[in-house]
Amino acid sequence: MKPEWQVWAKEAKEEFPRANSALMPLLHRIQLEEGWLSDATIADVAQLMGLPVQYVESVVSFYSLFHQEPVGKKVVHVCVGLSCALAGSDELMHQLEQQLGVKEGQTTADGAYTLLEAECLAACDKAPVAQVNLRYVGPVAPEDAARLLSEEVSS
Amino acid sequence: MNTKHYLLRNRDVSHIDQIDVYEANEGYAALRQALKDYQPDELVAMVKKSGLRGRGGAGFPTGMKWGFLPNDGRSRYLVVNSDEAEPGTFKDRELIEENPHQLVEGIIISSYATRASEAYIYCRGEFRRGAEQLRRAVQEAYDHGYLGKNILGTEFSLDLKVYRGAGAYICGEESALLESLEGKRGNPRLKPPFPAVAGLYGGPTVVNNVETICNLPPLVTYGPEWYTSMGTEKSPGLKIMSVSGRVRRPGNYEIPLATPLRTLIEEYAGGLLPGRTVKAVIPGGSSVPLLMPDQLDTPLDYESVMKAGSMLGSGGCIVLDDQVCIVGATARLVKFYREESCGKCTPCREGTYWMTDVLERIEHGMGQNSDLDLLSDVADNIAGKCFCPLGDASLGVLVSALKHFRHEFEAHVAGHECPMGARLYDTVNH
Ligand SMILES: Cc1cc2nc3c(=O)[nH]c(=O)nc-3n(C[C@H](O)[C@H](O)[C@H](O)COP(=O)(O)O)c2cc1C
Ligand code: SF4
Ligand code: FES
Repeated sequence: MKPEWQVWAKEAKEEFPRANSALMPLLHRIQLEEGWLSDATIADVAQLMGLPVQYVESVVSFYSLFHQEPVGKKVVHVCVGLSCALAGSDELMHQLEQQLGVKEGQTTADGAYTLLEAECLAACDKAPVAQVNLRYVGPVAPEDAARLLSEEVSS
Repeated sequence: MNTKHYLLRNRDVSHIDQIDVYEANEGYAALRQALKDYQPDELVAMVKKSGLRGRGGAGFPTGMKWGFLPNDGRSRYLVVNSDEAEPGTFKDRELIEENPHQLVEGIIISSYATRASEAYIYCRGEFRRGAEQLRRAVQEAYDHGYLGKNILGTEFSLDLKVYRGAGAYICGEESALLESLEGKRGNPRLKPPFPAVAGLYGGPTVVNNVETICNLPPLVTYGPEWYTSMGTEKSPGLKIMSVSGRVRRPGNYEIPLATPLRTLIEEYAGGLLPGRTVKAVIPGGSSVPLLMPDQLDTPLDYESVMKAGSMLGSGGCIVLDDQVCIVGATARLVKFYREESCGKCTPCREGTYWMTDVLERIEHGMGQNSDLDLLSDVADNIAGKCFCPLGDASLGVLVSALKHFRHEFEAHVAGHECPMGARLYDTVNH
């Protein structure tokens, strides 16, 4: 457990004092620093929140943006929703898989990228759209896959 | 075509997301007026008179919803649903990213009207910039005396907090949203009791959509007569339609309700690509039945779209042209529900899985004739048998696609391939 986590837990509980409302804000904040939520992290959070480990684990596993595996420096979400599919999202995904040498759901060996599919990102006007570390990039035509990967994103 | 914007004023005024620009353009004037000229109940009456209906999908009258709060002295909550994730819908994202103060002002007015002392914005986890914009706007509103204790020197006090989801469409359903806001898995709750009676932390709660609440500042400024001067008697006012798919200018368009679908597609969204024709339109987000080319003159108001056999829903309008494979499009939409089923009840969890599997099989030319009946069978086992509306939502497009385009499904089976050569990557055996 990192010392600042106790401060963060206190702040989250001050902002959201009721029920377990401080839990997700705390998980978000820790994941932003750590990149993902390991079993050890989940146990630490459970302790900080005074909740059973199984409870925190069950919440974490429900939400797709909480990562229970290490992820790359850049997490690339490619929207494969219908409007994006109509604009070539599947081809974009194939291009990215080829260029990164991984399949959807995997992280490159050098830890630089994780490639994930997303459901409609509520940006269908930018189809096909992607997010890099939850920052929108789009439209990204399949032939612009390389540009997407090299895009500078603020963390 | 409408040129002046009300809800999408960010299109006319640059940097309106900055508080000084917002204030310089009459920002927070509606709040001042509401606090000065109206008692809370008068505001509720005004909203009832305007006929404003919820923009989250169901179109429930907002004033009536506010009127359901019991008068039992318990403190009340206003929760704003910014979990927008219904495929084809992207209006709330623009509203929060580009004009967050409009929402904040709407929340303060709505909280005053409903006598809520705490308000929450439940912001979709993927909306990273949206959440940043909202947090900044909320902080600025505190700094300027629009939030906190004794707002603008009145007796009214309000705290507003921004809470981030973490990736789960089901949390857009109001009871699942409240579970998530309480730090739990986002499984829907049994209703009744409805949130008005037992909502957040068990207290009386109003849950409203972002766009619904964004209507409040202009409503106070221009009055209910302005609102009822647009649209129809049962669907007055303005609606933001998100248009995507095969049109030249995908985007959000603010229209007076009852604007014909054809006008939205051809004038606002710039029409189709050269040489293409409309095959079908999903008018109100991924959960609603298809409208066919002979229905393009349908006025976009709640009752007309319903009469045409579909729903205005969230206003997510996806246009499919003659180059779109209906089997592939349906497969992709049903897959969405498979991914987002919360897993609480079997018909939804298993049914969406099987339907996706069968649809992808047909799309890839590996379907059999019996698969069409199998699809109808599974759909029958979902319809009306699920714990929350997500199960039924997965059927809207599928059932109407099977009805109008059965021949296309059959052609896939008979020819052992997609006649349009559509390529869809297989999501089932991933
Ligand atoms: C599966 C499902 C997803 C939903 N998603 C949203 C959503 O993203 N945003 C929203 O405002 N309402 C959504 N709703 C509707 C809400 O449950 C609720 O009716 C709405 O927020 C009420 O606000 P309104 O009266 O202002 O429309 C969803 C409903 C269901 C069943
Ligand atoms: S219908 Fe689907 S989403 Fe709704 S409770 Fe059942 S499993 Fe969950
Ligand atoms: S379908 Fe990709 S953003 Fe909506």
